[in-house]
Amino acid sequence: MYNYLWLIPIMPLIGCIVNGLLGKKFIKNEKAIGAIATLAVFSSFLLSVKYFFQLLGDPVKTHQQVVFSWMSVGDLQIDWGFLFDPLTAIMLLVVTGVGSLIHLYSIGYMHGDPGYYRFFSYLNLFVFAMLMLVTGNNAMVMFVGWEGVGLCSYLLIGFYIDKKSAGDAAKKAFVVNRIGDFGFLLGVFLLFWTLGSEHGVWTLNFVDLAHHGHVLGFGGTVVTIVTLCFFLGATGKSAQIPLYTWLPDAMEGPTPVSALIHAATMVTAGVYMIGRMNVLFAMSPTTMMTVAIVGAMTAIFAASIGFAQNDIKRVLAYSTVSQLGYMFMAMGVGAFTAGIFHLMTHAFFKACLFLGSGSVIHSMHHALHHAHLDDDAQDMRNMGGLRKKMPITFITFAVSCLAISGVPGLSAFFSKDEILWWTFGSTRGMWYVWAIGAVAAGMTAFYMFRCLYMTFYGKEKTDARAKDHIHESPLVITIPLMVLGLLAVVGGYIGVPAILGGSNHIHHFLEPVFGHASEIYHIGIKEAMHHNHALEYGLMALSIAIAFLGIAVASVMYLMKPELPAKFTKMFPKFHRLVFNKWYIDELYDAIVVNPVKAFGTFCWRGFDVKVIDGVVNGVAKLVGLCSAGLRHTQTGLFHNYALAMVLGMVVMVAVFVLR
Amino acid sequence: MISVYHYMTIAAILFAMGTYGVLTRKNAIVIFMCIELMLNSVNLTFIALSRHLNNMDGQIFVFFVMTVAAAEAAVGLALMISFFRNRESIDVEEIDLLKW
Repeated sequence: MYNYLWLIPIMPLIGCIVNGLLGKKFIKNEKAIGAIATLAVFSSFLLSVKYFFQLLGDPVKTHQQVVFSWMSVGDLQIDWGFLFDPLTAIMLLVVTGVGSLIHLYSIGYMHGDPGYYRFFSYLNLFVFAMLMLVTGNNAMVMFVGWEGVGLCSYLLIGFYIDKKSAGDAAKKAFVVNRIGDFGFLLGVFLLFWTLGSEHGVWTLNFVDLAHHGHVLGFGGTVVTIVTLCFFLGATGKSAQIPLYTWLPDAMEGPTPVSALIHAATMVTAGVYMIGRMNVLFAMSPTTMMTVAIVGAMTAIFAASIGFAQNDIKRVLAYSTVSQLGYMFMAMGVGAFTAGIFHLMTHAFFKACLFLGSGSVIHSMHHALHHAHLDDDAQDMRNMGGLRKKMPITFITFAVSCLAISGVPGLSAFFSKDEILWWTFGSTRGMWYVWAIGAVAAGMTAFYMFRCLYMTFYGKEKTDARAKDHIHESPLVITIPLMVLGLLAVVGGYIGVPAILGGSNHIHHFLEPVFGHASEIYHIGIKEAMHHNHALEYGLMALSIAIAFLGIAVASVMYLMKPELPAKFTKMFPKFHRLVFNKWYIDELYDAIVVNPVKAFGTFCWRGFDVKVIDGVVNGVAKLVGLCSAGLRHTQTGLFHNYALAMVLGMVVMVAVFVLR
Repeated sequence: MISVYHYMTIAAILFAMGTYGVLTRKNAIVIFMCIELMLNSVNLTFIALSRHLNNMDGQIFVFFVMTVAAAEAAVGLALMISFFRNRESIDVEEIDLLKW
C-alpha cells in the first residue's frame, strides 16, 4: 500500500548528495543544479500527494513501515521506521509543497551566487531532515531529523560565510537550539526509562506510546516532567519564550531560507512534536497550561517588538515568533487540530510574505548596486511606493497581509478564529489566554499593515539614483509568490467551522490522531458553550473587529498621516527605545547567562587549563629535564671513561659474586 | 711440577696487564692489542681448566673466542683505517663526538 514511503525523504537526500559532491566541479550549470534540487523535492511532493489521496480513501489511518532495526538495547527495540497517518500526511504536503515552491524561487533568487551548488545541497539536506522528523515512527528517528534540521538551519543561516554577523547568528541559533535539544533528550530518556523499568513497556514508538501512555497516570509527576522536557525542546526549535532570541537573528541567512526554515517548516517542528505526543501532553494539565501561557506570552511579546522594527525581514521574523506562539496556545488548550491547521495556513502566508520581502530585497539590492549606493536593501525606510513598480509582489504580499491579519474569508481567519474559540471555550481553556490572543491578533494586523504601507505605499523614499532601477522580479520568483498567495486565500477552506456552514474537513481528517486522547481526558469545547452560537458568533465578530481596528490604526498612522509615528516616538522616547531595542532581552541574556558562562569558560581556560593542567604536564617535563641536565654530563664521549666504568662495573660484579 | 695454579696466575697477570693497557693508552692500535691480550689470557684459563677438569668444553670455547677475535680484529682495523683517513690520527681521546 505505502511501500515507497521511504522514498519521500530519500529523494531530497539524493539531490543533496548529487549537488553537494558534483555541483562544483562537474555540473557547474546553475540551471541544472537548481533543476536537480527542485525536482528532488517535487518528486517527494508528488508521492506525498498520491499517498495523501490514498489515505483519504483508506479505512485504516495509521501505517508503519520498518526499513531496518536500528538499535536493540536490552528490551528496548528501536527501528529505523516510518509512520504515515493523517498528521504526517499534512506535514508532508506542507513541507514538500512549500519546499518545492521555495526551491523554484531560489533558482531565481540565488542567481549568480558563488555558493549556488552549496545552497541547494544544504536546502535539500534540510528537506531530508525535516521529512525524517515528520515521518519517523519513534522518538529517536524524530530526534535524528530534529538535530538534522538544526544543523541545516546553522549551515544556511551562516551561508554568507564572509559575513561575520551571519556566522555569529548561526552560532547563536545552534547554541540556543542545543539547549532545547537537551531538554528533548532528557524527556526521551526519562520517558523510556519510566515506561520500561516501572511499567514494563520498553518502547519509544509513537503508536505504542499512544496505546500504552496511559500507564503513566493522569496528572502524574513523571508525565509532567517528561512533557515539560519535551516542551523545552519545542521552545528551542520553535522560538518560544525563553529561547526565541535566535530566530530574529537567523534572518542573516538568504531570504528563501528564512521562508522555508524559519517560517514555514522547521520552526513548526515543536508544534508537530506536541501534536505527535498529544496523548502524553493531554495527560498533564500542568504542562498544557504552561504551553498555553508561554504561547500566549510569546504571541503578544513578539508582536510588540514587531511594532518598532525597520528591517522588513525582522518584522516578519517577530511575526513568525508571534504566530508560533499562537500555535502553542492552541496546543496548550487542547486544540490540536486548530494548531496544526494554523501551522499549515501560516506556512502558506508566511512563506508568501517572506518570499515577497525577498523579491523586494532582491530588486532593491540590484537597484542600489546599480547606482553604487550603500543603503540597506532591507530597511523599510529606504522603500515606499513600490506597488506600482512591483505589482505582482505587491498583490501577493497584500493578500498575505490580509490573511495573517485575520480578515474574514482568508485562510488565517479560519485557523486563528478556531484557536481563539478554543482558548475561550475549551475545557483546558483560560479566558486570559483568549484575551492575550485577541490583543495579539490586533497587534499583528497593525504591524503587518505598517510593514505593507512602509514598503509599498506612500512616498518613494529610495535614493533618486536607484529609484528607476527597481523593477518586478522574474517569473521564476513571481510564480511561487502567486501560488502561495492563492493558497493563503483558499488554504483556510479545508477547516471552515460548522457554525459558518462548513464541515471542518481537517478536524475530521485528523480525528484518528487526536480524537483518542481528547476523548479519554475530556478535552473539548465545554458542554455549556457547545451550542452557544451567540457566544461563538460574538467572539468571532469581536476578533474581526480587533483585526480591522489594527488595520485602521496602521492606515491612519502610516498612510493618511505619515507624520504621526515620529510624533509618537517623540512623545514616548523611553518607551520607543525600549521596544526598538527588543525590550533589551538580548542584553539581559548576555548579562545573566552568556557573560557569566563566558567568564567561567575564560576561567577554565586561563585559570584551570593553562595554569593547572598545562602546569602539571610542563612541570613533569621540567623535572625530567632538570634531572637529565645533571646526569647527561656523565656522557663524556671519551673512550677511557667508558672503559673505566666497564672495568669498575665488572669488579663490583665479581666482588659481589665472590664475597656473597 | 707446573700446576693449574701457575697457569691461572699467568693468566691473571696477563689479564691485568691488558686491562691496564686499555685504560691508559691513547693509541687505538695499542688498546686493540691489549684487548687481544685480555682475550688470550682468558683463553689460557679455558685451556688450563679444561685439562685440569678433563672436560673438552673449554677447548671448544677457545676456538669460538679465537674466531670472534679474528673477525673483531678485521672490523676494528677497518674502523681505524677509516678514522685515520679522516683525522690523520688514531688517538682515542680525539674520538669524543658522542657526548652531551
